[in-house]
This record gives sequence, C-alpha cells and structure tokens, in this order.
Amino acid sequence: MSVRQSLLAILDQGACYGYQLRAEFDRRIGSTWPVNVGQIYSTIDRLVRDGLVERDESGDEGQTYFEITAAGRAEVASWLSSPVVRSTSTRDELTIKLALAVTLPGVDISRVIQVQRAATFRTLQELTRTKNTTDNPESAEELAWLLVVDSLIFQAEAEVNWLDHSEARLLRAAVKPFPLSTEPVRKGRPARSEK
Amino acid sequence: MTAPLLRLDGVSMHYGSGETSVTALSGIDLTVERGELVAIMGASGSGKSTLLTIAGGLTVPTSGEVIIDGNWVSQLSVRQLAALRRKTLGFVFQDFNLIPALTAIENVSLPLELDGWKVKRARRAAKDALAVVDLSDRESHYPSDLSGGQQQRVAIARAVVGGRSLILADEPTGALDSTTGELVLRMLRSRVDAGAGGILVTHDARHAAWADRIVFVRDGRIIDDAAASRVENVLA
Repeated sequence: MSVRQSLLAILDQGACYGYQLRAEFDRRIGSTWPVNVGQIYSTIDRLVRDGLVERDESGDEGQTYFEITAAGRAEVASWLSSPVVRSTSTRDELTIKLALAVTLPGVDISRVIQVQRAATFRTLQELTRTKNTTDNPESAEELAWLLVVDSLIFQAEAEVNWLDHSEARLLRAAVKPFPLSTEPVRKGRPARSEK
Repeated sequence: MTAPLLRLDGVSMHYGSGETSVTALSGIDLTVERGELVAIMGASGSGKSTLLTIAGGLTVPTSGEVIIDGNWVSQLSVRQLAALRRKTLGFVFQDFNLIPALTAIENVSLPLELDGWKVKRARRAAKDALAVVDLSDRESHYPSDLSGGQQQRVAIARAVVGGRSLILADEPTGALDSTTGELVLRMLRSRVDAGAGGILVTHDARHAAWADRIVFVRDGRIIDDAAASRVENVLA
C-alpha cells in the first residue's frame, strides 16, 4: 500500500515532525485507512534511508522535523502523474471459490451465487446508507471520505454485476462438474505434455 | 399493527390462453410498509414492470389480490380505483412523462386539480412539493427548459403531492447520468423516510441499494429477497 507515497506527498506540502505527520495523514485519509504510529515511523526511516526525506533537528523545541528532498519531490510528482498499476492475478477469494465450485459435483452453484449476492447487496446498502448521511461535503476531509465510500460502492456493484453475469453464463453453459480423478498421480511436477 | 401500504397476495398474470398462454408473473407475494422502499430487480422481460403496473392498479392480474392502503383493488369500481390512484399513488417513469405544455408547478398540481382540489390550494401544495425537491426557482419553467434531472425531480414532486403515500418508480434514473441519478434517488429516499412507501424497479445494483429491501424477479417469480438473510446449505 502507498503509505510511503502518501506520507511523502504530505511532506511535499512542508516539513513536519513525526506526530504532526501522523495527524495530517489521519485527518486526510485516516478515517478510512487507519495506520498505526509505528508504521508511520518505520516508513519515515525508510524514506530517510532512500534519500527522499531528511532529518532536521535544529528546531527550538527539540523536535525532529522531516523535510522532503529534491528526489522526494520528484517521486511525489511521478506518483501523482502516473497510473496505479493493478495486479491482474486472480487471488480474490470469491473468484477462486466460484471457479472451483463449478468443477465440484454436488454443489448448488446458483445457491452459492445467491448467498454471495445477498451479502454483497447488504454491504452495498450499508455503504449507500453511510453515504446518504453526508449530502454535501463541506470540507476536503469529507470529500475524501465520500470518494472512498463511492469507490467501495462501485466495487460492490461490480461484484454484483459479475455474479449476475456468472449466473446467466451458468444457465447457458451445458457443462458438467467433474469428480476426483481415478488416474494415479505421479509425484513431482506434472510431466510436460508432448506435442 | 397497521396494515401494509401495499400487499400483493398470490398475484399471477397470464397473457393469452391455451398453448399460446404466456406467464408474466406467477404467485407473487409482496408487501410494502410505510417508510419502506423496496427495489425490484430482474433482467429485461422478467416481469418486474408488469409487477409495478399491477401494484399501481393499472393492470388487473389474472389471479391474486392487490390491496392498496387497505383497499382490495378487485372490489373497487373503476371510479373508486381511479380515485384511489389519484389520492394514494404516484408514478415516476424513466422518461419523466411530464406534460410539455404545462409549467413545472402546473404539472405537479394537475393531479390534485383533477381530483377536485381548488386551483389555489392545489398550486400551494405543488409549490410545497417542488420546494421539497429543491426546485422552487423552476416553478414557472416548462419541461423543455429543464434538465433531465430537474424534470425527474418534478416527476417525484408530482408523485408525492397532496399526501400521496405510495410511490411507484420504473427505472427513474434510466435516462440520467450517474450523479444526477443519485440526486434523484436521494430525493426518493427522503420522501420514503418522511413516511411514504415505494417500489423502485431497476436493473442497477447501485441504485437498488438505496432501498431497504431488494427483491429479485426471474421468469415472473420472486427468486431471492436480499433482506431475508437466510443462508441455507449450498449443497444440493
């Protein structure tokens, strides 16, 4: 996760001491993404190690300030201007669960979909109710929070749409699940098939 | 305990007869309470819009009972049913269905005037209803001078004016962009929170999520009710 880039982007606004940096992080996105103080300090240590932030201990009150370097500014600019690259690997539990379930004899896959859809809809309803409490955001903090809630709503909607689509696909597909194989399985890696 | 605002009891709808008979709805049981918004979801042709027109007394089901605010629709005369619709029901459609030659306030007050209200009183109620949907500054505008979102808000004002208590909305956000659609749903939600009851037909999960309960219709039957959080054994 981009705690590192977020802290750096905040420091780009001006030097902060550790606790101040945490407070700034909290008031901007902390309500939806709680990060403990230990994580903040260990991230700052890494930023210092990598030459993106410098320590400044010349303050009157003995506090250590952290100041962004030119390399740090370049990283912030690069982060904000480049797309976030998402992983395309299918590690999502629901995807795996449904993909496995269609191969398993005796599993009512429609029921699996219905149960999941009902649960996702409840999440969607809860998020919508949460959003409905804030009609017009009056501060950047509220707006930030709304953006996050919206994002969760759109993700839940996408999941429902995918479940609907899968249900329709299942109704059309005339394929059968398969039982355990009775073929003996060799130890080690499967032999490469000859072409 | 008060009776539900709307009750559908074993409602079925068949078109044609004999071998060519088509079943649009089959054994539908559904209630809507005051302060409750129920979303109906389903694919095109699943029967959800037929369900809405039956709930609104516009279509007579082949069998089953529709009870609106304690009135058994099958026992009402045509005149009584028309009066019930005028006083109790409000419809919101995808394409707004406003009368182009009438201003916003005239569109909203028309059903009350048709119901015998004095024009002055009807206009006052329409003015209040437009204020609720935040359109006080558009009272004298014609539909063609209003954006899609504003027209749909006029339609919502028309649906609730004069204390109508049951709002039946068929894809009310279908012709609107995402943000405007959300504003319209927020209005609908707030009307329901103020004590009305409503049915929202939609195929959009994000919009259905504004409802208290989500009912899925497939091939004319209710197949799933997302509020009934039953989790049965998934093994067949």
